[in-house]
Amino acid sequence: MTQLKETPLHALHVELGAKMVPFAGYDMPVQYPLGVLKEHQQTRAKAGLFDVSHMGQVVVKGATYADAAAGLETLIPIDILDLGEDRQRYGFFTNDDGGIEDDLMLANRGDHVFVVVNAACKEADIARMKAALEPDLSVTEITDRALLALQGPSAEAVLASLDERAAGMNFMDVATLDLNGIEAWVSRSGYTGEDGYEISVPADAAEALAKSLLAHPDVEAIGLGARDSLRLEAGLCLYGHDIDTTTSPVEGALTWAISKVRRAGGARAGGFPGASQIMAQMENGATRKRVGLLPEGRAPMREGVPLFASEDATDPIGAITSGGFGPTVGGPVAMGYVAKEHAALGTTVFGELRGKRQPLTLTKMPFTPANFKR
Amino acid sequence: MKYTEEHEWLRAEGDVYVVGITEHATSQLGDLVFVELPEVGDTVAKDDEIVVIESVKAASDILAPIDGEITEVNTALADDPSLANSDAIGEGWFFKIRPSDASQLDDMMDEAAYKEMIG
Repeated sequence: MTQLKETPLHALHVELGAKMVPFAGYDMPVQYPLGVLKEHQQTRAKAGLFDVSHMGQVVVKGATYADAAAGLETLIPIDILDLGEDRQRYGFFTNDDGGIEDDLMLANRGDHVFVVVNAACKEADIARMKAALEPDLSVTEITDRALLALQGPSAEAVLASLDERAAGMNFMDVATLDLNGIEAWVSRSGYTGEDGYEISVPADAAEALAKSLLAHPDVEAIGLGARDSLRLEAGLCLYGHDIDTTTSPVEGALTWAISKVRRAGGARAGGFPGASQIMAQMENGATRKRVGLLPEGRAPMREGVPLFASEDATDPIGAITSGGFGPTVGGPVAMGYVAKEHAALGTTVFGELRGKRQPLTLTKMPFTPANFKR
Repeated sequence: MKYTEEHEWLRAEGDVYVVGITEHATSQLGDLVFVELPEVGDTVAKDDEIVVIESVKAASDILAPIDGEITEVNTALADDPSLANSDAIGEGWFFKIRPSDASQLDDMMDEAAYKEMIG
């Protein structure tokens, strides 16, 4: 077994009494003494502080922003060229079969594109970008900065108490803020369905900033357990579970993220891996679709539970890819893939749990209303 | 009180035993969100999987600690699984069982031995 890596906040997690688990090669806090349920509720009611330093932070730079953006557009089906300065967008790397290699955030930070990718995929993502874009562009992993997420309805007041410019940012804005004298690259975004910020700071200043944020009465440290239930209730995909190299953006219900200008008939249509497959699916539909699922009973249905069209059907029509208890919903929630004939909202399907078929209803996501600052 | 290696406790109550899981077990499992109990009247054998519990993290099975008949189940726990977290050896009990072979209790741990096992 290889040695687990540690984030700059590792000592703080241990000091706070976190239960540490291996995640994507890092020793990460799954929960603190508060526990997953209360951490989840804390984030929805006030604010939670998450260590997401295991994620990859990458600067892609050329002679101009447009050069870097144009390069990345050969890998990502998103309009990056027209992304306004100090704005961020969600996107993904596609492969030649039209599958998704990773999902990510892209920000226009003036003279470069700042890319945040998933921890488990970051080595492959960086290798992919270097292979495709260097030497015309530089692709630099930022290894000396931590990444924190401050999420929840109190996040604005908390961060604005350190730099009032935080309050003026809108959802998906990015800015460089001065937090206790620390240069912070901040975006108004997150992955919980709540308003909040992601904050990149120098590694050696991360613990002091985290302690300063945690000193606020509305803020508690939140682990990966609650991060998962929060993003599930928000209907957000977990890469490697809800989307992967075999699921296309159309199947994954992420077509909304593919910018118009990159679609058929757009000024820069195609030009990304798998464009012909993805555009054909956008035209003709995919054979399966990712949907939200509400189990009718109280029993959580988790990843891998097969789904059937009826109580006695022989062949499954799909499977759950993420599922569990939604503390804000107050019951089980799930998402998964079903064949397109069964993908209409309101359809009842049956999950097989411990040998018994139990009904689930296809339900619009998110399961809890999003509280973004639009 | 008697304890099993599966982190269950048994407390004598007349001719039946009340069964639940220990505080150590619930703190390891995390917040419980779902409990599926056996039916009253079920005849069970030692090590049968008779209860399903789910925490925020995962599903687990609770085994019958002895042979016997289920005489009562804690419906309040099914309605509010967090009782097992807040009061593991009180309100958070799972079921009552009438042993068919009380000698099966003889090999179980007492509190001191259980505490030694969990360290």
